[in-house]
Amino acid sequence: MSPQGQAMAFKFDGGAASPHATTVARDVRQTVGEVRVIDPRIRCTDINVHYGTKHAIKNISLDVGKGEVLAMIGPSGCGKSTFLRCLNRMNDTVRECRVTGEILLDGEDINGRHIDVVPLRARVAMVFQKPNPFPKSIYENVAFGPRIHGLCESRADLDVIVESSLRKANLWEEVKDRLDDVGTGLSGGQQQRLCIARAIAIEPEVILMDEPCSALDPISTAKVEQLIEELRQQFSIVIVTHSMQQAARVSQRTAYFHMGDLIEVSETDRLFIKPRHQLTEDYITGRFG
Amino acid sequence: MTNPSNAQPGGATSFARIQAGMAKRRAAERRFKMLGRLAVSVGLLFLSVLLFSIVSKGYTAFWQTQMRIDVTLLADEIDPEGTRNAETLRKADYSSLIKQSMRDMFPEVSGRRDKFALYGLVSNGAAFDLRDKVMADPSLIGTKVSLWVPADDDVDMLMKGHIDRDAAEGDRRIKDNTLGWIDRLKAEDRLELRFNIDFFTKGDSRDPELAGIRGALMGTIFTLIVTLSLSFPLGVAAAVYLEEFAPKNRWTDLIEVNINNLAAVPSIVFGLLGLAVFINVFGLPRSAPLLGGLVLTLMTLPTIIIASRAALKSVPPSIRDAALGIGASPMQATLYHVIPLALPGMLTGTIIGMAQALGETAPLLMIGMVAFIADVPQGVFDPSTALPVQIYLWADSPERAYVERTSAAIMVLLAFLALMNLVAVLLRKRFERRW
Repeated sequence: MSPQGQAMAFKFDGGAASPHATTVARDVRQTVGEVRVIDPRIRCTDINVHYGTKHAIKNISLDVGKGEVLAMIGPSGCGKSTFLRCLNRMNDTVRECRVTGEILLDGEDINGRHIDVVPLRARVAMVFQKPNPFPKSIYENVAFGPRIHGLCESRADLDVIVESSLRKANLWEEVKDRLDDVGTGLSGGQQQRLCIARAIAIEPEVILMDEPCSALDPISTAKVEQLIEELRQQFSIVIVTHSMQQAARVSQRTAYFHMGDLIEVSETDRLFIKPRHQLTEDYITGRFG
Repeated sequence: MTNPSNAQPGGATSFARIQAGMAKRRAAERRFKMLGRLAVSVGLLFLSVLLFSIVSKGYTAFWQTQMRIDVTLLADEIDPEGTRNAETLRKADYSSLIKQSMRDMFPEVSGRRDKFALYGLVSNGAAFDLRDKVMADPSLIGTKVSLWVPADDDVDMLMKGHIDRDAAEGDRRIKDNTLGWIDRLKAEDRLELRFNIDFFTKGDSRDPELAGIRGALMGTIFTLIVTLSLSFPLGVAAAVYLEEFAPKNRWTDLIEVNINNLAAVPSIVFGLLGLAVFINVFGLPRSAPLLGGLVLTLMTLPTIIIASRAALKSVPPSIRDAALGIGASPMQATLYHVIPLALPGMLTGTIIGMAQALGETAPLLMIGMVAFIADVPQGVFDPSTALPVQIYLWADSPERAYVERTSAAIMVLLAFLALMNLVAVLLRKRFERRW
């Protein structure tokens, strides 16, 4: 950020030259907006993540509300996926990754000593960027979670869970006649909905989605987005996306990340219409940098 | 030139240049292809020469000259007291009966030396065949029976044309008078080439016509069973732990380097280790398939571990993420999803290791599996030998008849190898999945 940039930011300060009422300059990396919500599902305070010597996430505090979709946007490498993976401790599997700070799930620190990641991930399930169904039958894909967590007493119970999960994922009608087919044989969009069905089969509280539509065509994307809207009634959803349109369509709140900093968090409408930070404005208006 | 906006003016020249270079490029392409084809054909040529030489030398071993002899089973000789006691029948002197029948066939032969040569036309195994026949049916005693018995290996070699009749008498193993007897036997239809069942049902012998592959084959099977049942679970468990669970630090790096080094250790060193540790310290029975299996396990473990780790590494991490992301424990993710996907690769590695173990001779020499063992082993504790060692032993024997048996044993070894590979391919097909 050059001195000119800063000067320009001050020039925009009055809002005369800009369609938006930007108030915070590019150099200021303090989070602006409403990081806290009333009665949060997840409350993160002062999260720092280091990969070896790289400081990937810098002092981020953010809440995830109940029954809301929180979208995280930002340029590549800004740390949004890393932050997402902190929420169910998937970063544990990454070597040399160190997470500090406090993440409370329903008031309980998930990094606490006595916390076991296995039940934690059953409460905070994850859907990945690339559809990754198991190379097993569609039925087995959905049944795997309930089975390993012991959520079903009998095969009949399991049938019920599989059906309701596939219904919630809007996939039942398409696959009900071929539950024994291999899950990897479905189309990309169907695979991703299968992965979502697999996640909701274990009745989590939060579903983390890491760019769930980046590998999908527009029609499949629309289906998944519609699904996210329906799932919001039951679960909190945190979604990382590269598409600002998608963030605008599916989320209630949006967080903008930039080079490891959380720049701005607002109601989605407000963030896209009236960003308060210069960096946010640069990004959403497409003249980033 | 590189700038697309300059394409218009430079276009014609660069296109011409590309055209000019094309002939050279195509020639290079062709040369490369030819080299590849040449390499493949040279390989195939050597393989076919090898197979042809083995098969052409060895196929005759599957036929064996048998001789029909008429033996009078004198009750006085076999069972003078007439008890028909099994022990008496077993101990009777059947070879003298056979000698008698030979004398009856050639009454004109006289003199110790000639008689000795005459008796030598029949294999030593004939007496055993006769004994088995009598013991199976004692009512034959007192009658005259006609039976086919193996002929001596020299007769066999003559029948198969491996002895030159036209050579000077002093240069050939069969003297002129013996040659006359053989011709007479042939004229009387008493000599015949028959399928050599003994080769597949009997153990090793000092008499080539009686030597069979069964002992070595069973020894190899037992050894490989021990090797497989130890090295596969150990190798896979080690690979899974190192790849999926072990922390990555200096110690695991050290272990990895050492495993890679172990894979390159000459196999005879493992034989010495087996001798020093398994025999001298633990006192395991020498020459036993159990011991051979343990030594070969040491040898194949690194191969299996390295191949299994490569197979585990090639499982896409997204599968692990998928399982972990919905709360599977690392063990569940590994057991239910990673290992099934890695299994075909692990099986490939195992089969490569087992094929190595199958053909290994050097370490077995060190632990006594090179001994002459005539009995067919019944279990992993019985002394035995193995196919490659048997090949070595026969190749080392001076009798002409062992030459074809050596080649035949190689054919059995190769057939066994092909069978193992077939099983591996089928298993791999069975477990292979798309992802």
